[in-house]
Amino acid sequence: MHSIPGRRLIISLFLIFLLLPIYWLVNMSFKTNAEIVTTMTLWPHQPTLENYRRIFTDESWYSGYINSLTYVMINTVISIAVALPAAYGFSRYRFLGDKHLFFWLLSNRMAPAAVFALPFFNLYSAINLFDTPWAVALAHCIFNVPLAVWILEGFVSGVPREIDETAFLDGYSFPRFFVKILVPLIASGIGVAAFFCFMFSWVELLLARTLTSVNAKPISAIMTRTVSAAGMDWGLLAAAGVLTIIPGALVIWFVRNYIARGFALGRV
Amino acid sequence: MDKTINQKAWFLVLPVFAVVAFSAILPLMTVVNYSMQDTFGNNQFFWNGVGWFKELLDPSTDLGGRFLASLGRNLLFSAIILAIEVPLGIVVALSMPREGWTVAVCLVILALPLLIPWNVVGTIWQIFGRPDIGLLGYTLNTLGIDYNYVSNEFDAWATVIVMDVWHWTSLVALLCYAGLKSIPDAYYQAAQIDGASRWAVFKAIQLPKMNRVLLIAVLLRFMDSFMIYTEPFVVTGGGPGNSTTFVSIELVKIALGQFDLGKAAALSLVYNLIILIVCWVFYTVMTNAGVERPAKKGGA
Repeated sequence: MHSIPGRRLIISLFLIFLLLPIYWLVNMSFKTNAEIVTTMTLWPHQPTLENYRRIFTDESWYSGYINSLTYVMINTVISIAVALPAAYGFSRYRFLGDKHLFFWLLSNRMAPAAVFALPFFNLYSAINLFDTPWAVALAHCIFNVPLAVWILEGFVSGVPREIDETAFLDGYSFPRFFVKILVPLIASGIGVAAFFCFMFSWVELLLARTLTSVNAKPISAIMTRTVSAAGMDWGLLAAAGVLTIIPGALVIWFVRNYIARGFALGRV
Repeated sequence: MDKTINQKAWFLVLPVFAVVAFSAILPLMTVVNYSMQDTFGNNQFFWNGVGWFKELLDPSTDLGGRFLASLGRNLLFSAIILAIEVPLGIVVALSMPREGWTVAVCLVILALPLLIPWNVVGTIWQIFGRPDIGLLGYTLNTLGIDYNYVSNEFDAWATVIVMDVWHWTSLVALLCYAGLKSIPDAYYQAAQIDGASRWAVFKAIQLPKMNRVLLIAVLLRFMDSFMIYTEPFVVTGGGPGNSTTFVSIELVKIALGQFDLGKAAALSLVYNLIILIVCWVFYTVMTNAGVERPAKKGGA
């Protein structure tokens, strides 16, 4: 019932619009540079895996993927770990300054990364974390922790208070209640929050690039450097781009049933 | 609802406070400190008071001119993408299939652009739009349209806008879809019995039910487009000339390009203040939207 005339046509056109540029990238990643530059072909006429082979055999390339995944994982774990108790606190209790604190957290989610780039550079250099995954993971906390608190608070509020009270009457201590009862109840919420933390940490470039130089360089930064230095190695660039899409696509596939619910809370 | 007052809850919130304060308050203090000073290299700093702020708001100076021009471009950009993405997102959400395996496929494809690293989004469109090797650029030029986003201002703007629509319309669509899913079937049955037209169903049932998510969508899109940096930077590098230099790009140029710490810090503070004000409006509207206001008594 909630549909409009011509909906199949509209949705199909829109999905094609979304997929076409991605297809073009995949298409180019299987071409040789000679084919890319000389002819306009809709599919690779001489398909080659050379571009991918170069990425997987050159350490300066594939280490970028490992670096990116490392700080994304660290960031997701930290964000969820600190956000869980806070979400419970915001959901269940009122305390001095709770509303102001919540607003302050939210305002950090909205702060432009460009504002923080330079001070972060100074800060993490001063404490010797510069060029480690920890620097990027901690820096990304500034927008992921508030986000995780925001999402989880909604899920915790969906758990009836009676469950807490019954558990405490049964003699559960607070930490035991938290781990044994609350966490399993909001497991899907934790999944949704982890998904969004992964997503925003994975796609961010400015801070990740500013806070690393050699050892912890993320894949996206390695890509930008290649564009300017190596000039026109389009095939390699396209292959590297395709490989950055894959982790995101896998994550979406696993949480596809929760995406709508996560968005339904309206807390992104 | 009836939350108990318990000051010990601060202990639960303390880890979050510590982590975010470390990443937010310390750097902010640095920024405030820099914004009052001038630097001539060698880490020598000179007190400059509110000089930078005065310059920033005065369009006749170099700094002020650049700031206000990029602010204007950024606001225009935000307005255009909102005007396209919000209606398009609603239409796409309304066109989603109702059930079956196609729903999952549509959801996954819709979410895909959201999970591509921002600079790769830039790279995708950079390649896609090139007149020599990109499908879009090649097709347009073959059709006789002289399209080149590197040298033509209008083309650069069009590319950046289409790229943003490609990248973020899904977010609006997914939010609206979630809002539509929460409408009980009974509403539609009642509308059918009343013989309501499709337009009436949309106006009286669907739009009011999407109100809240639409509000979130508009504000999120405004905020994020106001801070946009990576995608236009990769595609156009802020050019041709300065035509696609938005506030963040200008800021990074001053801060990390010229290392003009004082100017950059002052710009950061003003920029952050604008974001903070919009964010406050967002927060107030959001928290009030959940509360049912008592009906006003007529006559006074």
